[in-house]
Amino acid sequence: MSDTTRGFADLAPSTGAKFRQRTLPILIFAAILFAIPMAGPSRTFYTLAHQMGINIVFALSYNMILGKGGLLSFGHAVYFGLGGYLAMHAMNWIEDGVGIWGAIPMFFLPLVGFAGGALAGAIIGWPSCRKAGTTFAMISLGVAELIFAAAFMFDSFFGGEQGISGDRMNGIELFGLSMGPIDEVYWFIAFWTVVGVIGMWAFTRTPLGKLSEATRDNAQRVQFIGYNPQRVRYLVFIFAGGFAGLAGGMAAVNYEIFTPDALSLVPSGFVLIMAYVGGITYFVGPIFGAILLTYMQSMLSDFTEAWLLYLGVLFIAIVMFAPRGIAGVVFGFLDGVRGENPGRYFGRWIMRLVGILLMLMGLIVLVEVSVRWSNGYGEVYEPFGLHLGHGNVLSWLLVILPAVAGVWLTRFASKEEEGQ
Amino acid sequence: MSTPALSLKGLNKSFGPAKIINEVSLDIAPGERHAIIGPNGAGKSTLFNLISGLYTPTSGTVELNGEAISGMPAHEINKKGLSRSFQVSNIFTNMTVRENVRCGVLHSMGQGYAWWRNIGSNKAVQQKTWEVLEHCALTDKANVPAALLPYADQRALEIAITIAGGADVILLDEPTAGMSHSETERAVNLIRRASEGKTLVIVEHDMGVIFDLADRISVLVYGEIIASAPPSEIRGDPAVREAYLGDEELPEEVA
Repeated sequence: MSDTTRGFADLAPSTGAKFRQRTLPILIFAAILFAIPMAGPSRTFYTLAHQMGINIVFALSYNMILGKGGLLSFGHAVYFGLGGYLAMHAMNWIEDGVGIWGAIPMFFLPLVGFAGGALAGAIIGWPSCRKAGTTFAMISLGVAELIFAAAFMFDSFFGGEQGISGDRMNGIELFGLSMGPIDEVYWFIAFWTVVGVIGMWAFTRTPLGKLSEATRDNAQRVQFIGYNPQRVRYLVFIFAGGFAGLAGGMAAVNYEIFTPDALSLVPSGFVLIMAYVGGITYFVGPIFGAILLTYMQSMLSDFTEAWLLYLGVLFIAIVMFAPRGIAGVVFGFLDGVRGENPGRYFGRWIMRLVGILLMLMGLIVLVEVSVRWSNGYGEVYEPFGLHLGHGNVLSWLLVILPAVAGVWLTRFASKEEEGQ
Repeated sequence: MSTPALSLKGLNKSFGPAKIINEVSLDIAPGERHAIIGPNGAGKSTLFNLISGLYTPTSGTVELNGEAISGMPAHEINKKGLSRSFQVSNIFTNMTVRENVRCGVLHSMGQGYAWWRNIGSNKAVQQKTWEVLEHCALTDKANVPAALLPYADQRALEIAITIAGGADVILLDEPTAGMSHSETERAVNLIRRASEGKTLVIVEHDMGVIFDLADRISVLVYGEIIASAPPSEIRGDPAVREAYLGDEELPEEVA
């Protein structure tokens, strides 16, 4: 066992494994971002992609405290918003050439956002990071309400209900980007998304990043390896605030406006759902969550007015049946098909997928028929030429039968798994 | 006499009206292996919590190498060279064994709360982590998540984290509790190796382990130390027999 020829180097992953697990995914991610404009995407696609980039950074920053730090916050949008507001003001300072601001390109506004978010984290985190758990969660909720209320009182900074707006086409141009047309803003968003992802990934590899995980697992023990868990939490909180502010700075340039709504509990809840649905135990989880939920937010809302209801069902289903999120499902699937008996695993997986789709079908019919019934405009749900009114027996059959069949199929798949 | 490594002076701890630790005074010399025994509820774990800074004494002081440490936060005490283990495994469950030990090593390697360097690129940290793992016979399980370790290995990891920071005063709280005979033997060997040249204070219920390891034994009953002497004297002490050992079979003295 204690073979003297073996050394510490054997314990660490090999260079090849490091490349595959760490460098390669980031290269692929950057390559995809680089390739997107070549496909000549539409304006709608750009708008969506920008929102995704912003949300990826925002959700990852949230997971620095939730997944890696074990701190449940209900007010993370505060740091996104405060960083964004500061960037918004800086945008106007650049336009007016106030002081040294005239010499700073718009391109660097996310750094101003980072500073604003980190500063807010340093001030608000000081009292709130003393305790973890429920206390921390409650304080975060209180702070979020407080800042949101304050946003309507301090008009010169928050701009009241209209918020603060600006014009990004000012100041020095960098990399030949006037920042005007949407495809030029794309490079700005892509650049800062990659910087944010790499920065937060690198953070998990630092001593402080590891101590953050240790504090999450066991704060008491951290004291007995010579570290103050409060200080670990506080420092991590500042960084999480900073990266949230970075996302805020990206949003400031992208939308050229910030309103107090950006600090409210709604985006704070949305970032929690993005991170959780994506999978908080994985670094990439929030990226998946941000992409899916941003898509749902902007696309699904075009299809149905009940999209928030579907979002709620998705969130509850993930919490109950797939607590490791989309990332957990994806990596579980990859492990499964690589494991013993991939054929049977794949079979069960297909069975589950069909079962879930059937349940989803029942749910969709139920929701869509009910919403129209409740609205009372006499509107009728007509998918694929069917006429599904609330008085139609077929409507209710299409709710019950797929739902029952779906439940049966998924349970059958689970039994099959246990019986193996 | 040289400065004791650990010195308790008139230590008291009350929770409301309940007096758990009562006027405990004890000097432990550098390099000594000192065992604390006593019936359940005697206050052994409370005493450990007072020494390690988890609790603040109601009155009295604790000195580490002549410096008063009572009232200091636990992490400051740890930095001064006092480390402890826990009765129930107190490890970082979602991290691998190697990451657990590496966290224990960080502070002594001057890594502080650094956020600007890569944890994996520091050779000294990796080297020290490897040494501790090898010392505790955990190298084979280095990349196993701590939560999946068998019980005995979790206990070994508990000790590994405790010694990783290189503290020279080590407090072990029932390190062999719940272990089988062979596992206990392995743990005792580990403790013996780990405490070489260091001061060891150990709470333990297994009398075989105690009489095997300890240079001196203190008997704690109802928060008071009723005897503090080498094992041979403790064995013959009538007060100790009455209060604690009772009719329990003591291991025969090994010549």
